[in-house]
Amino acid sequence: METVSLTIDGRPVTVPAGTTVLEAASAAGITIPTLCHDPELTAVGACRLCVVEIAGMRNLPASCVTQVSEGMEVQTASPAVIEARRTILELLLASHPQDCLACDKAGDCRLQDYAYRYGIRSSPFRGETHAYAVDASHPFILRDLNKCILCGKCVRVCAEVQGRSVIDFAYRGFGTRVIPAFDLPLAQADCVSCGSCVAVCPVGALQPKEMQGQGRTWERRKVRTVCPYCGTGCTIELNVNDGRVVGVTSAPDGAVNGRHLCVKGRFGYGFIHHPERLRQPLIRKEKRFVTAGWDEALAYVAERLGRVKATHGPDAVAVLTSARCTNEENYLISKFARAVLGTNNIDHCARL
Amino acid sequence: MTNSIAEIPEADFIFAIGTNTTETHPVISLFVRRALRRGATLVVADPRRTELAGLATVHLAHRAGSDLALLNGLCHVIIKEGLWNREFVAQRTEGFEALREAVAKYPPEKVEAITGINAETIRRVAREYARAEKAMILYTMGVTQHICGTANVLAIANLALLTGHIGRPGTGVNPLRGQNNVQGACDMGGLPHVLTGYQSITDPAVREKFAAAWGRPLPATPGLTVGEMFEAALAGKVRAMYIVGENPVLSDPDGKHVAEALAGLDFLVVQDIFLSETAALADVVLPAACFAEKEGTFTNTERRVQLVRKAVDPPGEALPDWQIVCRLATAMGYPMTYPDAAAIMEEIARLTPSYGGISHRRLAQGAGLQWPCPTADHPGTPYLHAERFTRGLGKFHPVEYVPPAEEPDGNYPLLLTTGRRLFQYHTGTMSRRVAGLEALLPAEWLEVNPADLAALGLTDGEEARLSSRRGSLVVRVRASTAVPPGLVFTSFHFRELAINQLTNPARDPQAKIPELKVCAVRLEKL
Repeated sequence: METVSLTIDGRPVTVPAGTTVLEAASAAGITIPTLCHDPELTAVGACRLCVVEIAGMRNLPASCVTQVSEGMEVQTASPAVIEARRTILELLLASHPQDCLACDKAGDCRLQDYAYRYGIRSSPFRGETHAYAVDASHPFILRDLNKCILCGKCVRVCAEVQGRSVIDFAYRGFGTRVIPAFDLPLAQADCVSCGSCVAVCPVGALQPKEMQGQGRTWERRKVRTVCPYCGTGCTIELNVNDGRVVGVTSAPDGAVNGRHLCVKGRFGYGFIHHPERLRQPLIRKEKRFVTAGWDEALAYVAERLGRVKATHGPDAVAVLTSARCTNEENYLISKFARAVLGTNNIDHCARL
Repeated sequence: MTNSIAEIPEADFIFAIGTNTTETHPVISLFVRRALRRGATLVVADPRRTELAGLATVHLAHRAGSDLALLNGLCHVIIKEGLWNREFVAQRTEGFEALREAVAKYPPEKVEAITGINAETIRRVAREYARAEKAMILYTMGVTQHICGTANVLAIANLALLTGHIGRPGTGVNPLRGQNNVQGACDMGGLPHVLTGYQSITDPAVREKFAAAWGRPLPATPGLTVGEMFEAALAGKVRAMYIVGENPVLSDPDGKHVAEALAGLDFLVVQDIFLSETAALADVVLPAACFAEKEGTFTNTERRVQLVRKAVDPPGEALPDWQIVCRLATAMGYPMTYPDAAAIMEEIARLTPSYGGISHRRLAQGAGLQWPCPTADHPGTPYLHAERFTRGLGKFHPVEYVPPAEEPDGNYPLLLTTGRRLFQYHTGTMSRRVAGLEALLPAEWLEVNPADLAALGLTDGEEARLSSRRGSLVVRVRASTAVPPGLVFTSFHFRELAINQLTNPARDPQAKIPELKVCAVRLEKL
């Protein structure tokens, strides 16, 4: 493999030919800020935040779309670079609603992170701001285009990963915005509601609707587990606050799925705390269920199953185990059927 | 799956048969899309024009229930035109002559008459599959839920063996499992004829091993499958049932008979997270913790065992299923205690060669482990059958086409097929309690070809009566060109349209899987 040697911030770096400056810096452990870049999506060089200074080049090129070349000398944090990044952030913030105090994205927002890093408290530019109505039409996805920085990640993930192209850029100049066809509300678009757009949005423009007001990002504990729906086995992170699952997020390093989930995996957690969840054992007495304690219920079950077994033999009892249960549970249910009841009458819905 | 999901984009030819992947396995469909972007050819065999069929290079809209003729026809062309992999067949397989003889009876013209697929198209697909560098087969219940489900799967295996499209990364035979831990429930011996890791209950050495570990002798004869249980209950042979986390009243064919069977039991105990349609019939209902409230593991469709972690406490007095089972066993005079789920996995690993190297400690360190993983230092197995098949040589199984148990006739002139939709899941116990999913898909309908609607004098959105030999329902019809004339489709998610009251419980003789994918129905104006 052909390699290229260069220096980044004075450090010698050797990478395969064709590598971008951004990737080369990352390989060398140097982090360059980005808003529109995503390793899974095509690089578009739109936000310009990743600009660097390269000896011999007149302008500051965007490192995400600039390939390394032999002997290149790159500065990722020179005064000119810092100045450019500050100006870019000030321009973005000029038309950005300053509601970080109440925004649910606060704490996990790249714009906020970079404003903090570059010490930008407010924008010196005073101009027009947007006053788009927030699109709350979709049951799971909240669109606030006032906060959109037009990085286009949502557009690219929808097109390039999901193959859907439900949203794209429309209008022009200051009026440019990301919309579904005909500028319809998202609920009326042909959207599969996978939420990958929400997962890649670096700011608060696309947010999970049901997580609004459910605690600040830093208050939420993320518990990594496996999706309870189909057999793909996607990794999900249950976001827990105050003893409740308040949302699901995806992790870039999900073993099977990376950041991508389907509508059920990302948004289908509402059953967990549903008021109809069974909370106590129930015993039918004269056609009605009455609540019972565990000891009473289990003693009753043991007695009734035992009686059928004693009277009609173990094969008069049958057990259905569950594709919803864990391996450990299925193992114990099989053990229960075979060792305790003494029957091989055990099956589950594998055929259904 | 013999392959891993991540290998799908490596394939240069994907043959997807009986799988509505974009709706039932949306994330796996992303990998198929990635393969397409890399230039792979996609052939979809499905009687319906699913979204996946819309992405395909070729869509084989074969007649519902004619899969076996199609698969045998593909083998026929590959042998007739000398496109089979001679080296692979000679070194890795046996029984080739028997297959050659059997598929000789399936020339493309004859297959065209059965399947409705143009003979030349069959030839073209067979050639491209055989000549591909890495061809991969994906399938789901569209293949298996037939009276010839087992034969269909064997025919798929024949195709892969014949061409050597198995045993390497990116090429193999890949059933996509439909439920989060259906693979694990099978792996753990939640089946009437096997113990963990598919160790046969009829093998005395296996029984002895488990009897020694469990301290009780094990019954030697295979038990009843789910459909047989309900028949035995109706016949008074099964008198009590313990149902954990299943809703057969909605999920199983001929639902009315299932409900009757359950109602007639001496005793029914149901353990679930909600009062499902099945739990409502129980004598005792035990409240279980859901996945977010317990520790354990799930095994996905690519055999990857992954950790399930507790995030919140169960509601009220609900308990994890494993703790309920332990307490019930103890109440029945068999003391059963474990400190945690990890200790149960240790016992599983000791008794199960394919899970021998799996422990919660290892799983916590990384992205799970794919079985077989026999030892603590084994990295797991991303794809199967690299050097040899489980039985040694891969065996060709000659299989003959049989028509569905029910074919259209004067009384029931249409065919009904069932499946799933993106925004709901299985019998809806979970998904229908998610407000946003209900908003996205609040009701079900019957998809009918516009020509059939017109012939019946029905209009889009109208309510009509749908009947089979087992029952009758009122359904809202929707005009859809995704179904060909003569075929109607709906899902089984909605209790308001409990379609399994109509489906046929006729079963495959080996796998005992019911023929949910085809039954004869009549649609009438109200």
